[in-house]
Amino acid sequence: MIEAGHFALVLALALALVQSTVPIVGSRINDARMMAVAAPVALVSFALIALAFLALTWAYVTSDFSVVNVWENSHSQKPMLFKITGTWGNHEGSMLLWVLILALFSALVAVFGRNLPDQLKATVLAVQGWIAAAFLLFILVTSNPFARLVPAPFEGQDLNPILQDVGLAVHPPLLYLGYVGFSVSFSFAVAALIEKRIDAAWARWVRPWTLAAWIFLTGGIAMGSYWAYYELGWGGFWFWDPVENASFMPWLSGTALLHSALVMEKRSALKIWTVLLAILTFSLSLLGTFLVRSGVLTSVHAFATDPTRGVFILGILTLLVGGALALFAWRAHALTAGGIFQPISREGSLVLNNLFLTTATATVLIGTLYPLLMEALTGDKISVGAPFFNLTFGSLMVPLLIAVPFGPLLAWKRGDLYAAAQRLAWALGGAILVALLIMLFVDRTMLFAALSIGLAAWLMLGAATDLVLRSGVGSQPWSVVRRRLWGLPRSAKGTALAHFGLGVTVVGIVATVAFQTERIVIMKPGDTIDFAGRQLRFERVEPFAGPNYTEDQARFTLISGNRDVGTLVAAKRLYTARQMPTTEAGILTRGFSQAYVALGDPSGDGSWVVRAWWKPMVTLIWLGPCLMMAGGLLSISDRRLRVGAPARRRSQPVPAAAE
Amino acid sequence: MTRKQKRLGVIAGGLAFLGLAMGLTFYALGQRTSYFYMPTDLATQAVPPGQRIRLGGLVEKGTVVRGQGTEVSFAVTDETRSVPVVFAGILPDLFREEQGVVTEGSFRSDGIFMADSVLAKHDETYMPKEVADGLKAQGLWQEN
Repeated sequence: MIEAGHFALVLALALALVQSTVPIVGSRINDARMMAVAAPVALVSFALIALAFLALTWAYVTSDFSVVNVWENSHSQKPMLFKITGTWGNHEGSMLLWVLILALFSALVAVFGRNLPDQLKATVLAVQGWIAAAFLLFILVTSNPFARLVPAPFEGQDLNPILQDVGLAVHPPLLYLGYVGFSVSFSFAVAALIEKRIDAAWARWVRPWTLAAWIFLTGGIAMGSYWAYYELGWGGFWFWDPVENASFMPWLSGTALLHSALVMEKRSALKIWTVLLAILTFSLSLLGTFLVRSGVLTSVHAFATDPTRGVFILGILTLLVGGALALFAWRAHALTAGGIFQPISREGSLVLNNLFLTTATATVLIGTLYPLLMEALTGDKISVGAPFFNLTFGSLMVPLLIAVPFGPLLAWKRGDLYAAAQRLAWALGGAILVALLIMLFVDRTMLFAALSIGLAAWLMLGAATDLVLRSGVGSQPWSVVRRRLWGLPRSAKGTALAHFGLGVTVVGIVATVAFQTERIVIMKPGDTIDFAGRQLRFERVEPFAGPNYTEDQARFTLISGNRDVGTLVAAKRLYTARQMPTTEAGILTRGFSQAYVALGDPSGDGSWVVRAWWKPMVTLIWLGPCLMMAGGLLSISDRRLRVGAPARRRSQPVPAAAE
Repeated sequence: MTRKQKRLGVIAGGLAFLGLAMGLTFYALGQRTSYFYMPTDLATQAVPPGQRIRLGGLVEKGTVVRGQGTEVSFAVTDETRSVPVVFAGILPDLFREEQGVVTEGSFRSDGIFMADSVLAKHDETYMPKEVADGLKAQGLWQEN
């Protein structure tokens, strides 16, 4: 089975080489048979890589310790869920998942791309083939997951306990679906440059793929943030860790791409810029893969460090990114410039969005790479942490967030800022009211926090304004409003929902950062402390044995207004196989807020160091991204965007829509 | 305005904006970064009290004192020199004597390092990279 998996992977590499060459040559010499090779080859290589992946998963499920990878990262006592998810909880398996998802996207292009012009489809799949070939080679040469071990040990070394969590089942696959999903936009961009042809139809094909990748990436990042929040026991949700930044940069530029592709689709403008963004976004995904997988950074994500891997990925990065950018420099001028527009217009607002998002991406990039660069050049070890990112990224986000509600209210081509401002007056009033209420009733000293929550309210009310105005809430009877709301294009509703979700996230972040209460105290069972207008009672400590760990569980009761409102169980856990301790936080959700308790060291006399937080509105940080994802899904289900749907004639003529 | 002038205007505006952002970025890089020191480095380079730095090394054996309320004190050493550290909070799970550690904070005027974060290791085999490099430079630690 293992050897079959290994063999399948080698075959997949051979097919990837076919996929990278035959179709593109076919499209150059206009040979339909050669171009037709692309789709079936993409499907078969997906099947082969899936087979290899299943073979490895099977080795994990059956605890086959004759496979080095399984021996290093698994244990027979591990619960089944973690045996399965453990397949990608290590360097080799994680790269295999990466390639599996890449092949999945190629296969999807092959299946759903029936309406694509033959040449474009062949070229896109060929570019996907280059990426697949590079990474398959990387796996086979430097990171073979199928290496055997003789003689086979009786027991494995177990998976890092921090990874033994449901989070591992969700976070990496989602993140990779996002990361790698951007490869499709990249391939389309490179294909457009090779074909020297790009039009509104191209944007209509690219946008759903970008949107799908963006939805997954949003989910992956949010899930990773929540996982770190409850697993690490530090109570933080974002650390500006280089590894987090590695996933955040493609998200930022992917968001920019989403918006610029819109301009290109509707107005045929910003063509060259959109192509560049598509290349840059996937380049940032590759950079992220390099940062995380090469071992230049030490983190929970860097499973093992091996210099040859770093050099190899750097080589792939240079080749793909350098090649794509060189092609861009060479061919970009061949793409004709599109429609013109006034600075105050929907297009103008989307350009502003792009300007801010790409600059924000650049600051995150500089902050992430600067320490690596400094160490390489001067040997100084510096760290660029939250203070840097909060200052630079924060100051870029404020004007962007202020501008967001204007965008959907401006007309294409030539907008009326004054009219838009008038229509947003009630949202501004609401936002000011919210800020004042926070000042009056929550905390008078926190002007900045109150203003920030006002800004979030502005975002949410502003997002609602477009729907309110278009459906006629207030001026029309409810039945009309309902009918109109139903009839609005799903993409408009998706936009409103996603922007609303952004506001929700901002509320969560600001409320948590500004208004959370933290207490570090020594407590004995029976003690009660006051915190954030509530009480926390330490009930008792009792031992507990899980399937592959033992722990001391500390039970706390949260009391509010003399009433017990719930129990929190925090624990000090010891994983027996690795003799590795972990801290399990006790979390109790009340409304959108959470109480969070982490256990420190016992002091011998029965008392414990206890760190307790009250985190107001903290769940909004992750509910916001859920709304953004829902907005994205709504938008992707729009009839006009449906993959493969024939383009309808519009009132405005779209130049050169290829049918 | 002609199309060309308009385009020039947009490009100039974009560049000005980018310049502003880069200015801010480099200002922030100058102000908001913290340097890494090993205890021996501090003998030759004075760090004024209050300046944020990261201090790394090994947790010196027998110096960890708990139970002064929620504070923990310990010494960070590179076998040549050691620096007293006080930390209020919960130490990471894998904090042990004679293990690598990276702390972040600043010196009090009496020379005690007040750490507000102690780097958590994610894995028992992992040695903070900076500490490993620092110890290797002094020939005190080898990769196994």
